[in-house]
Amino acid sequence: MKHQHEHECSDLLGSISEYVDGSLREELCRELEQHLSECEDCRVVVNTMKKTIELYQTDAPKDGLPADVRQRLYKSLHLEDLPHTLH
Amino acid sequence: MKIETAVTDISVEALKAGDRAEFARLVDLASAPIYRLGLKMLGNPQDAEDVLQNTFLKALQSLGNFEGRSSPLTWLYRIAVNEALMLIRRQKPQVEIAEEPQDGEGDLPTPVQLTDWCCLPESDFLTAESKRALDAAILKLPEKLRVVFLLRDIEGMSIQETSETLNLTETAVKTRLLRARLHLREQLSSYFTDRLAEERVK
Ligand SMILES: [Zn+2]
Repeated sequence: MKHQHEHECSDLLGSISEYVDGSLREELCRELEQHLSECEDCRVVVNTMKKTIELYQTDAPKDGLPADVRQRLYKSLHLEDLPHTLH
Repeated sequence: MKIETAVTDISVEALKAGDRAEFARLVDLASAPIYRLGLKMLGNPQDAEDVLQNTFLKALQSLGNFEGRSSPLTWLYRIAVNEALMLIRRQKPQVEIAEEPQDGEGDLPTPVQLTDWCCLPESDFLTAESKRALDAAILKLPEKLRVVFLLRDIEGMSIQETSETLNLTETAVKTRLLRARLHLREQLSSYFTDRLAEERVK
């Protein structure tokens, strides 16, 4: 029984990324959710995967380019003379 | 992607005709995400700056060949990814190349860490140390997985945009994304499970 169970876990592992994105086909989705309701381990994997993605998304710096990097970039492209559209 | 919309009104004809102001506009719109990609791919500001400068220099040189079938942003990302991968290969000791476990092949790694650490206090996720752990985990990914994760999950591209940028099938993108996420989940789990243990001792 235990063996059977683990087999199901590894079969469904391939679907969890799409599941987390909400793009998994409906019937696979139902199958996975059925399994999740019975399997603590897979629930943890799904939850921690979601959290992992969320942490990376909130951590991503949304600020612009550091001013010195920008200046050197403009210089290397010989664009220093142009008025900049954004600052 | 908000800049994707801004970039759509960049005139490809003007770029190709050598309009420097239009090119500068593209630089302004795209340089921050390209730099960020370089930072996460290479892990240090010097290399990220090299990738950034080389990307736009190459773009200027190859404008003549740009057919405008993809958006200018996708085109720039593609150049940037190649620049980053080239730099990584140049820096990598030869020995490592042969033994790379690499991308989409073989069985999926079975999850090992099975502690649910999501319940940690939010402040634990925001420390400088946690941020370093996140960055270090990305750098441990094989590059082919790293780049897919960065474009899809950090830059927010769709599966389709990612596959276009990397010249991969959507199936390949999905497989690499799954592997990248499994790897990262495993690494963050070991890190945050330790934090959880510390939290419980307090
Ligand atoms: Zn399971």
